[in-house]
Amino acid sequence: MSRFIVRRLLSVIPTFFIIVTLSFFLIRLAPGGPFSREKKIPPEIMANIMAKYHMDEPLLNQYFRYIGDVLKFDLGPSYRYKDHSVNDLLGAAFPVSIMLGTMALGVALLLGTLVGVTSALNQNKWQDYAAMSVAVLGISVPLFVIGPVLMLVFALQLKWLPTSGWINSRAGWKTVIMPIATLMMPYFAYIARLSRGSIIEVLRSDYVRTARAKGLKERVVIAKHVLKGGMLPIVTYLGPAFSGIIIGSLAVEQIFVIPGIGKIFVQSALNRDYTVIMGEVIVYSLILIAANFVVDILYGLLDPRISYK
Amino acid sequence: MKRVLSGLLLIVLAATLVVSCGGKAGTAKGVEFVMGNGAEPQTLDPSKIQGVPEHHIYMALFEGLVGYDPKTSLATPGLASSWTISPAGDQITFKLRKATWSDGTKITAQTVVDSWLRSLDPATASEYAYMMGMVVKGAADYNGGNGAKEAVAIRALDETTFQADLLGPMPYAVDMMAHYAFAVLPMHVINAKGDAWIKAENFVCNGPYKLLEWKPQESLSVVKNDKYWDAKNVFLSKITFLPIDDNLTAYNKFKAGEMDWSYGIPLDLIDEVKLRPDYQVSPQVATYYYIFNMTRKPFTDIRVRRALTMALDKQELVDKVTKGGQLATTSMVPVMAGYTPAKGPDFNVEEARKLLAEAGFPDGKGFPKTPIIYNTSSGHKKIAEWVQESWKKNLGIDVTLVNQEWTTFLDTRSNAHDFDIARAGWVGDYLDPNTFLDMFIIGSGNNDGLYANPEYDALVKKAATMKAGPERMAVLQQAESFLITKDQAVIPFYHYVSQDMIDTTKWDGWYPNPLGSHEWKYITLKK
Repeated sequence: MSRFIVRRLLSVIPTFFIIVTLSFFLIRLAPGGPFSREKKIPPEIMANIMAKYHMDEPLLNQYFRYIGDVLKFDLGPSYRYKDHSVNDLLGAAFPVSIMLGTMALGVALLLGTLVGVTSALNQNKWQDYAAMSVAVLGISVPLFVIGPVLMLVFALQLKWLPTSGWINSRAGWKTVIMPIATLMMPYFAYIARLSRGSIIEVLRSDYVRTARAKGLKERVVIAKHVLKGGMLPIVTYLGPAFSGIIIGSLAVEQIFVIPGIGKIFVQSALNRDYTVIMGEVIVYSLILIAANFVVDILYGLLDPRISYK
Repeated sequence: MKRVLSGLLLIVLAATLVVSCGGKAGTAKGVEFVMGNGAEPQTLDPSKIQGVPEHHIYMALFEGLVGYDPKTSLATPGLASSWTISPAGDQITFKLRKATWSDGTKITAQTVVDSWLRSLDPATASEYAYMMGMVVKGAADYNGGNGAKEAVAIRALDETTFQADLLGPMPYAVDMMAHYAFAVLPMHVINAKGDAWIKAENFVCNGPYKLLEWKPQESLSVVKNDKYWDAKNVFLSKITFLPIDDNLTAYNKFKAGEMDWSYGIPLDLIDEVKLRPDYQVSPQVATYYYIFNMTRKPFTDIRVRRALTMALDKQELVDKVTKGGQLATTSMVPVMAGYTPAKGPDFNVEEARKLLAEAGFPDGKGFPKTPIIYNTSSGHKKIAEWVQESWKKNLGIDVTLVNQEWTTFLDTRSNAHDFDIARAGWVGDYLDPNTFLDMFIIGSGNNDGLYANPEYDALVKKAATMKAGPERMAVLQQAESFLITKDQAVIPFYHYVSQDMIDTTKWDGWYPNPLGSHEWKYITLKK
């Protein structure tokens, strides 16, 4: 097991290096640059700017300079947000996205299993149909529709919640409700369907039948045997879901004006803010690599059929 | 099992309750003002800023020699209490008032000299330094690396007298100096801290407000600066700027009463927005237009360019498509004090068809399928579709629509000049027709359609050296008529309006003005 972990960790290095190199050159292929303006900057002034950011050097030099900086954990200055370094920007935004993602995933997990289990235990009754209709809705309606609709109802009509903002604003913690409700929706729906399916499967399995035959109370059968077995697929789903929910918070951050990395990512791509794009690519790939890594290990721990040598 | 489930449900409900009751109450004294400020500010360093959101913050934190009049956008005394212009019109002498930075350090005429030189220094890499180069003698050379610092013709005559030599008699120079390109900077902090002067802990300013805190992507707040020379007349105690890119979110936030001023209107809701009493529309010094690529056939033929222009009913465009109160036009330059814009050809389908036939395309037959390029936005798309339909209906020609993401679009239009017809918009930097005309001279970086007429260039250059007055304006008008009638290098559609959401029955001192420059110190609560 430990040898597997070491080997996996070592394989992360070339993967990461390839991602960084490809991204560095690919984003330079996009037309325009960080200083494209409607009112064109006079050539002499453009030369000043290029020199300041070393963008007048050959691309290969810029690449090696960048790799050197990254190895020193310095992601460089932002070309657009000139008062901040990329480290500052991502350092402030990353915790926000992690917090939003974790809360949304937590709520999705809680509600999803609750609904899924209730559905499974009442299979083909009205509770089941109602719950699964909600789940289908949750999966099929995109976030950029759910968000504005919630805003319209709860902020503008009922006036219960602030329209947007984040925890530090005047409205405080109330601001997190709608973003979480929006962001968790597809995950909640997926977890509900996943848990319903697996619980139904477990309910029909031999060991549950045996437990019942032994004369155990229904409550004990469900709590001890059914839930434990039925939760396995959900645990394995959590890894990709976690990275997905952080990366996928883009639209929600934009709609509810949340200072997370998703909002910066969209802007940096449109602005050709090369260093910020690179910083985001690095952060996102680290999340993905880490999530996959954790899932691989969890598989080994949860499923005795898989072993790592 | 049901009990377990009910228990879980209770926990979820309780958690929701805790979350919803955790709100903090605002406790600051005085009157606070919250503004939806579009994009996240790129920087607070006046030498490096460009863009509207930064401008709003700049006006709270800094004050140049002159400021903007809240009604006319013309220069008003700022750090300078008065100024005199030499008889020849090419030298301005400013008298500075007694003023200090927010840390108590005195502001002198030498501070102004050092500030301007810092903005011009090539190492500062200021994007707007070219504005200083347009008016101040020696500035462009120093900024471009072709001249010495000492050759920039600005000087401190004594502690409170600052003097600048201009390139010629430039009537708009003083008004231009309200722009942040001419900012006065805390050189004592910049010299000590370098680029880190902008960090909140080092930040020093001289405007009516000082920086309280800046949370990137979230909010930026400023509070009243007690060291400001006119602090007793500053009303608002705190201003919070919220970076909100999304127009719908901004509008909803305003509607919910969470912001006092917001710009950026969701286009799809324009019919609803228009009916609100807190919707403010005012003419802006800005023009929406299409440019022809003057080097590509068949647009090298003036008859084709004119036919296409005359086949568009701009009044219909503003009434039925844009609907925000925009002003339909045939001119490139908006109306300005002392200037009557030249008039382009009116909407006339018959004449347009005749011209097109003369050019060899009767009823549009044989006209190449031309793409119109525009930057991706639902507003530009609607306009392009209207153009497409009008040309099809009135001239029988087919055009295709190509949208490109903003930076790609700029590259295609401005660097590669790879287009036939392209969408464009221009916002004046100062109140003079020159800001709309000098970009079309040969070799100008903004002459994207490659318009080239030496006669036009001669007129624009002549006006640049003339003294203010009707004669100069007549020369500029003549130049404009070359652009929009004789040569028809562009099709002007409309003059933009600024669209703001602010309740002017509640707030006083906020007036619609041509440059959209709203100085914070004038804003008060109505009794």
